This record gives sequence, structure tokens and C-alpha cells, in this order.
Amino acid sequence: MKKQPPSFRTPLGRVRGLGSAHHGSGHWLAMRLTSLALIPLSLYVASTFMNVLAFGGYVDAVAWLQSPFAVTLLILFLLATLHHAANGLQVVIEDYVHCEAVKFASVFGIKFFAAALAVLGVLSIVKILFWSLLPHA
Amino acid sequence: MTTPSAKQARPLSPHLSVYKPQMSSVLSIFHRATGVALAAGVPVLVAWIVAVAAGPDIYALFTGLFHNIVGQILLFGWSFSFFYHFWAGIRHLVWDAGWFLHKKGMAQTGWFVVGITAISTLATWAKIWGLWS
Repeated sequence: MKKQPPSFRTPLGRVRGLGSAHHGSGHWLAMRLTSLALIPLSLYVASTFMNVLAFGGYVDAVAWLQSPFAVTLLILFLLATLHHAANGLQVVIEDYVHCEAVKFASVFGIKFFAAALAVLGVLSIVKILFWSLLPHA
Repeated sequence: MTTPSAKQARPLSPHLSVYKPQMSSVLSIFHRATGVALAAGVPVLVAWIVAVAAGPDIYALFTGLFHNIVGQILLFGWSFSFFYHFWAGIRHLVWDAGWFLHKKGMAQTGWFVVGITAISTLATWAKIWGLWS
């Protein structure tokens, strides 16, 4: 184990996990990187989605989700958004929820839910994408 | 912190109720509120993708849920939240770069965000309602 610099924290404080967990800078950087990525991605997805919803029908939705280039952007958008949203909600929960058990359960619940949405979204997109390759009823 | 009982039922600073709403605090809480609203919209977007994958009947059923006043208000709210969070997020990135990071810059960029959010949201809905092509 690496030698730690001298600490003023009490052993009790350290064992309870209070104070800095040294994850703050990684969290901060991830929010900035996902927000930078989401500037072009969210504009693309929002404008295309609005066009399909307001002026198109089912056929246009399928056509959108069958273009590999569009689907690449949509999957990147979905993953960056879920990461950004889960981390953002984590900060909101940590600010307002003071019961440790509820805080812990809701932060992890949101992260699991985000992971499930990512898998569900990507698999549904892949299913639509494969209609153009495979014959279907 | 001394003992667990010492942190119970203490008044928490800041005492929000004594502050007059100001541009800095109001725009900040709007950024947070619109972020939460958009996060709530992500499962709906995924549900839309699932509905496309489920076929035309399920798709018609799902999009039909939004063809009423409640659905339209939800979509309007999400479009407003998107544009507000988009522009205010860029404002935060600009601050992170060290630009406009003073009282005057706060007010200038704040009014810019309010104005461009209104323009973006109204232009989007003007297009949807066929007011411009």
C-alpha cells in the first residue's frame, strides 16, 4: 500500500467514510466532459426527434433508427445523457437527503436504473437496426 | 461534529427564507430543476425507442398518450427545460474557462440565457405549429 501523507482526521471519522472520498474531481470532470459532448449530440437528437414526432410517423421513426450514422449519434447521446443525469441527480440527492440509508439507496438505485435504461435503449435500437438486414414478418 | 446527538435538529445554514430572490440564485435553482425534469424525461425517451422496436401498433398507442393537453404541456415543459439547461450549461462551461466570472458578467450572461431560452423554445413551437417553415 502506498504511504499516506499525515492526516488530521480521526480514525473514527475515517472508518465512517465521512469527508472526502477523493472521487470529487473525477465526478466534476465527468460532468464537464459529458456536457461538452452533449452540446452537439443533444442538439442533433432534439432536432431530429422533434422533426419525427411533429412531422413524421412510424415509418420515419424506423428510417431514422436504421441509419448507422444516426444510430451512432443516438447511442452516444443516450450513454452521455444517462451518465450526466445519474451524476446530476446524485448531487441533488446528496444536497437534500440527510438520512444516510435513504441517500445511499437512492443514489445507487438511480445508477442501476440508468444502467438498465442504457441496455434497454441500446438493445431496442439494435433490434430496429437489424430489421434492415434480416427479413421479418 | 462531536457526538451523533449534537447534529440532530440544528438549524441549517443558509437560511434560504431570509434571502430576496436574485438572478444568481433563481437561475441556479432553475438549472437544477430543469436538470431533474430532463432526467425524468430520459425514461420516456427510452420508452419511445422501445415503442418503435415493438411495432406500429404499440408505437401509435404510445405516441397517442401525448395527443392531449397534458401530453402537450409535458412536451412543452421538456422543450423549455432542454433549452434552458442547454444554454445555462454552456454558461457554466464559460465560467469554468474563467470568462464572465464577475458580477457584471453574471448579469450579462444571465439575461442572455433567459432571452435565448425564450427565443429557442418559442421558435421550436412556432415551427411545430406551422407558423414558420
